[in-house]
Amino acid sequence: MKYDIILAGVGGQGVLSLASVIATAAAKAGFKVRQSEVHGMAQRGGAVMAHMRLADGEIFSDLIGQGTADMVISMEPLESLRYLPWLSPEGILVTSITPVKNISNYPEESQIMEALSELPSVRLVDDKALAKEAGSSRAGNMVIVGAASANLPLGMKHLKAAVDSLFSRKGEAVVQANYKALDLGSHIS
Amino acid sequence: MSEFVVLGDEAVALGAIHGGVSSCYGYPGTPSTEIMEYLLDYSKEKGGPFASWSSNEKTALEEALGTSFAGKRAIVTMKHVGLNVAADAFMNGALLDIRGGLVIVVADDPGMHSSQNEQDTRYYADFARVPLLEPVNQQQAYDMTREAFDLSEKMGVPILLRLVTRLSHSRAAIQSSPIREENALNKADNKQDWMLLPANARRRWDSLLGRQKDMIAYSENSSVNALVMNEANRERGVITTGLGYNYYMENRGELTDNPSHLHIGVYPVPEEKIRKLAAHVKELVILEEGYPYVERLIAGLLPRDLKITGKMQNIVPLQGELTPDNVRPALGLPVRDSSVVSSMDLPGRPPQLCAGCPHDDTYRVIKEVQAELEESTVTSDIGCYALGALPPLSVPETIICMGASITAAKGSSETGLKNVMAVIGDSTFLHSGMTGLVDCVSSGTDVTIIIVDNETTAMTGGQTTILPSSRLEQVVTGIMGDGEHVITIPAHRKSHEENKVILRKELAYKGVSVIIAVRECIETARKAKKKGS
Repeated sequence: MKYDIILAGVGGQGVLSLASVIATAAAKAGFKVRQSEVHGMAQRGGAVMAHMRLADGEIFSDLIGQGTADMVISMEPLESLRYLPWLSPEGILVTSITPVKNISNYPEESQIMEALSELPSVRLVDDKALAKEAGSSRAGNMVIVGAASANLPLGMKHLKAAVDSLFSRKGEAVVQANYKALDLGSHIS
Repeated sequence: MSEFVVLGDEAVALGAIHGGVSSCYGYPGTPSTEIMEYLLDYSKEKGGPFASWSSNEKTALEEALGTSFAGKRAIVTMKHVGLNVAADAFMNGALLDIRGGLVIVVADDPGMHSSQNEQDTRYYADFARVPLLEPVNQQQAYDMTREAFDLSEKMGVPILLRLVTRLSHSRAAIQSSPIREENALNKADNKQDWMLLPANARRRWDSLLGRQKDMIAYSENSSVNALVMNEANRERGVITTGLGYNYYMENRGELTDNPSHLHIGVYPVPEEKIRKLAAHVKELVILEEGYPYVERLIAGLLPRDLKITGKMQNIVPLQGELTPDNVRPALGLPVRDSSVVSSMDLPGRPPQLCAGCPHDDTYRVIKEVQAELEESTVTSDIGCYALGALPPLSVPETIICMGASITAAKGSSETGLKNVMAVIGDSTFLHSGMTGLVDCVSSGTDVTIIIVDNETTAMTGGQTTILPSSRLEQVVTGIMGDGEHVITIPAHRKSHEENKVILRKELAYKGVSVIIAVRECIETARKAKKKGS
């Protein structure tokens, strides 16, 4: 078994912390994990993309081949479209609908939504509203992980354990908000 | 053995710690930075090994040579272009009698994720006649770092360890090995082998050349340089180096002919193994990360009827990093089609200065003053402020290498350009801008140097600048001789108009002026606030 994920967003959005929740959960579930990250210049407000590969056997390449990813997860709708060449025809795109407009030529949002609606399998997430409902405006990334969870080869038990190990030093309230964000996200279909 | 999930960079740091390193030096540079960050954190927590950032890569390497002279193990870290800065110490260090293991880790950046060029460090190893080890994954990065110390002491030379961005910044699990004790203090006993006076240097060069056969033998016998022959397939063989190995293995399941395969991770190249493979096949496919180094090295040695498929014909791309996709044509596999497409044209989203960045305010001052001038030039250096080259600011006109803003400004001014301004960061000024300032002062050149001082090395993640910012004005004044044209200004919007007045005045002055625009990086300020609260 292997499961390949492209993670996308804008530098500074916390794509890597989203990645680390899934990676930690996958390790807890007994998978081998390889995760390629973006550091340095590209992190400063630019488009960022990371590869994550989960498998029950050896993984050689850090990079995912084009047209073979099982999932694209994006923290930003425009950025979700940028990595479609990696998505397999059977794969799913899970994206936040909250735009980051730090460029002057950001397209009309309706145009982006239309492009998204043409895709074979897509799950749109209003992470902003659901994070607020979960009690932490900063838990948007966990809403997105929750929304992806139905397709990930990981149970909610492992995802919650990952949240626990990554957020427990920030206190019980933060852990509970992130649990709730995961749950709210997981109800999106 | 314990298991750690680490970045490639962190695997090197752990390998050094477990390999008995005593001193660690470096200058931050993506993608190498996290090696020293790990070592610094570890050292702070455990009280050792000694770890510190240096002013630049050359001073770092020279410091490490001092450790080695004392008989202890040292590691130096830098990015590929940093080795250019350290090249003098590196080339000469190869001639010394290294007894305390010295490992020079250089992280290359094929694809130029955060760099000015794609140079391949393997040429430097060849140039200096020293071995180079190149890991393909985190486990090898850990193991090879340990091996490099032993090899350094065995061969009596510094060893290069080459990483690439895709390994430096990828995370996976590694198994650690038992910790080796540090060497005891044991100063080199034959100073003739450490003083490169011509007579000594000639003897040392002879010795180094004499040890080449040992290095090749080491490479030939290394289990990393594995040759797996398929006697039944005489058509083609594959040579991989670096991450080319991973992309080959990723695609190998689709190959029906099971080619013989040689992987090279220890250099100098294993000549016998190459000859054996070449004699067996009609075609050699070469997948290597970086330049066509092995390809060029062996092309002239092999029979003319042997076909070589690789970068020289651009079948494997000559530029950029390798991927599981772009090695497929060379292997005779079909290009993968991506069937999920969007009709929409996507605008690019380049990196940019953070909202509220002090450099933004300084560039706005420069831009507005420029608009009043008939003629002006702005050279920039390497660092966050280089992002001012992108719209909407678009101010810098040259970005070359560390320190080159001041010296390029000097040359431009001396050839007749008017109102020449050089923009350089605080860390970069201390790295290699100071000597350029000395040149300007010596010649009395008409330049206005703007040091954008955000009190940190921001581009690489906010490392502490080697001297505190409060010392910068003293350093500059010391070089200038007096402080009349050394002006410190706040890099802040509310001082915008006053700052413009100062810049106009210093541009009008026919001589060297230095304006130090100070405000802390918003990222480090935010982090400090978070820590404090």
